[in-house]
Amino acid sequence: MWAFLVQEILFFGGLFTGYTVYRSYYPDSFIAGSHHLDIFWGGLNTVVLIGSSLTMAMAVWAAQNSKKSQLVLFLILTLVLGSIFLGVKVIEYTDKFTHHLIPGWDFAWAEPHGHPKHVQIFYSFYFAMTGMHALHMIIGAGIIIPLIIMAMRGKFHKDYYAPIEVFGLYWHFVDIVWIFLFPLLYLIGRH
Amino acid sequence: MSAVAVPKHEEAPVLEIPSRTYLNDGYSIKSWLLTLDHKRIAILYAVAIAIFFLMGASFALMIRLELLTPGGDLMEAETYNKMFTMHGLIMIFFVLIPSIPAILGNFLIPLMIGARDVAFPRLNLMSWYIFMIGGTFVLTAALFGGVDTGWTFYTPYSSVYANSNVILTAGGAFITGFSSILTGLNFIVTIHTMRAPGMTWFRLPLFIWAHYATSLIQVLATPVIAITLLLLILERGLGLGIFNPNLGGDPILFQHLFWFYSHPAVYIMILPGMGVISEMIACVARRRIFGYSFVAFSSLGIAIIGFFVWGHHMYVSGQSVYAGMVFSLITMLVAIPSAIKTFNWTATLYKGSISYESPMYFTVGFLGLFVIGGVTGLFLATMGLDIHMHDTYFVVAHFHYIMVGGEIMAFMGGLHFWWPKITGRCYPEFWGKISATLIFLGFNLTFFPQFIVGYIGMPRRYHTYPPEMQIFNVMSTGGAFVLGIGYLLPFIYFLWSLKYGKVAGPNPWRAKGLEWENTTSPPPTENFASTPIVTEEAYEYTHLPEAHVVRASTH
Repeated sequence: MWAFLVQEILFFGGLFTGYTVYRSYYPDSFIAGSHHLDIFWGGLNTVVLIGSSLTMAMAVWAAQNSKKSQLVLFLILTLVLGSIFLGVKVIEYTDKFTHHLIPGWDFAWAEPHGHPKHVQIFYSFYFAMTGMHALHMIIGAGIIIPLIIMAMRGKFHKDYYAPIEVFGLYWHFVDIVWIFLFPLLYLIGRH
Repeated sequence: MSAVAVPKHEEAPVLEIPSRTYLNDGYSIKSWLLTLDHKRIAILYAVAIAIFFLMGASFALMIRLELLTPGGDLMEAETYNKMFTMHGLIMIFFVLIPSIPAILGNFLIPLMIGARDVAFPRLNLMSWYIFMIGGTFVLTAALFGGVDTGWTFYTPYSSVYANSNVILTAGGAFITGFSSILTGLNFIVTIHTMRAPGMTWFRLPLFIWAHYATSLIQVLATPVIAITLLLLILERGLGLGIFNPNLGGDPILFQHLFWFYSHPAVYIMILPGMGVISEMIACVARRRIFGYSFVAFSSLGIAIIGFFVWGHHMYVSGQSVYAGMVFSLITMLVAIPSAIKTFNWTATLYKGSISYESPMYFTVGFLGLFVIGGVTGLFLATMGLDIHMHDTYFVVAHFHYIMVGGEIMAFMGGLHFWWPKITGRCYPEFWGKISATLIFLGFNLTFFPQFIVGYIGMPRRYHTYPPEMQIFNVMSTGGAFVLGIGYLLPFIYFLWSLKYGKVAGPNPWRAKGLEWENTTSPPPTENFASTPIVTEEAYEYTHLPEAHVVRASTH
């Protein structure tokens, strides 16, 4: 599982590299672009995700100590928080859609700062990075549902909790990616 | 070595195929397509890769036929572009990268370390299905008119201008990458956790070390190409401007990301071949590999250095000269671990009691071709020379010497070496030698003239050339057909041997190693009757094992 996470880091690493290169090429446009992201929704999502990491850690603890009902509760809480995150992302994407900020398709940039083409690259990365992240969240939610069902049937106890622990690693990894994405996309360059 | 399964006779006993093997454990299609047995999955890969190999080879023959004459007589430039693109794509993503790890690695890693199966059998089967889905994508793209970007998918041509099925093909390569990642992951965990008692790291066969290094590259490098291809698909499909200079993007960035995977991928292709060669040399020379730990660590060395040399593909792409100098230096460093291996193999053969069977023919062929391929690699690593030779047939000849002369030679050798273990029957030795000789001669005839014609300036990827270069191209095309016959022969006699081949017995080569000494040929589904316990170093050839004896566990 650790090896899998390493390959995930390199996968996102490619995106981060691309982002860094273009940020150094076009700093003004990237700052202008990031001003258009809503820090409220981004901040809310950060809090939500950190909360879900907490519940996930509690779930692993519950599994290790054979506390079945708490395990189920924490897994469901994690799923709920993950869904809230995805819901907020939908709100944010809709906002970009109505403001003509979808790159390549009906993209329009009327602000004085930033070159439209370069801002478009910023949004390309915004969508590629958050999109990949959201996809990982969806996969995570897809895995957690069978885990909840198995937990309800009492499959996990202190002698067998590897699936919960491994899934926990995955979930924390996806959270950490967001912890990097949030400052890169939302915060840097904001005064 | 206390217990023996068969009592010793003065003359060799009549050998029989064991009554219970992994091959007769169920005959239905379902028992194959849903199997979790690593040996059956290896066979599934073998069938698929054989088909891809035949396709890739026929594209190559079309290319050589077109180049027989200086003009564009056989096909249009566009068709020619599609031919070499499909040849490169299929050969690289569907033959070279998976061939040894997915077939021989899958079959042998658990057998060599004394395990019952790989760590994640379901994941293993899933990798095969992912591989096949990726293959289907590429084949569909080929049926709908192919793709003409070159296997490198350079932007912005691939993302904006090409009128061929780039998305479908890149999608296929993207999907296949996951199969590669999962196989690598599986091997790493297997080697870490499933070794038999007594099988310490420095008792592992070098084949395992080579696969461990390969798996590390597969896991670390493949995700980068995945995201690169994904960005390419997004750019082409949605019109993002990440690599398109018209929209402010940077095409060189694509090349950086692409080669960050694709250069290490070269070592995914060659390292397992080196593992196979180590096994065969130890067996034919009846000696422990000279400098075992050096050979083992040189595999890891190649894997690590391989990550820092990608810039040597881009000396003339607009990367800074100073970056080029650093890349040039690091590239030359790769020659060191490769040379360590070659010298140690040669030292193993020196004063060994060598026997010349088909695997040895392939091994010797490998050594000669690999040295030529490696040394010409140093020419290309030198910046000044590379500016002259960049994108000429010199480069084409160089990487074919490593990839075909090295990897495919090692793969064919390995296939001959372990064929008795995989099927329980021997192939005809005479024809094996004929095939190895034909491949060696045909290969040199095909690619050696390309060094010369490249040096005098024939660029790659053009379907026409000046008439004075024709003589070299005629030699090359003639050689390609000899090579083709060399590859077709094994297809025929391997199939023949399945039914009519001589029964091999557990250890026809009298080789050392758990897969030869501790189990039957073909092995039963559970691999070993009881878990082997390892009490000696790898390649301990001081006492030769008997050909027909299965050594039971020593406890």
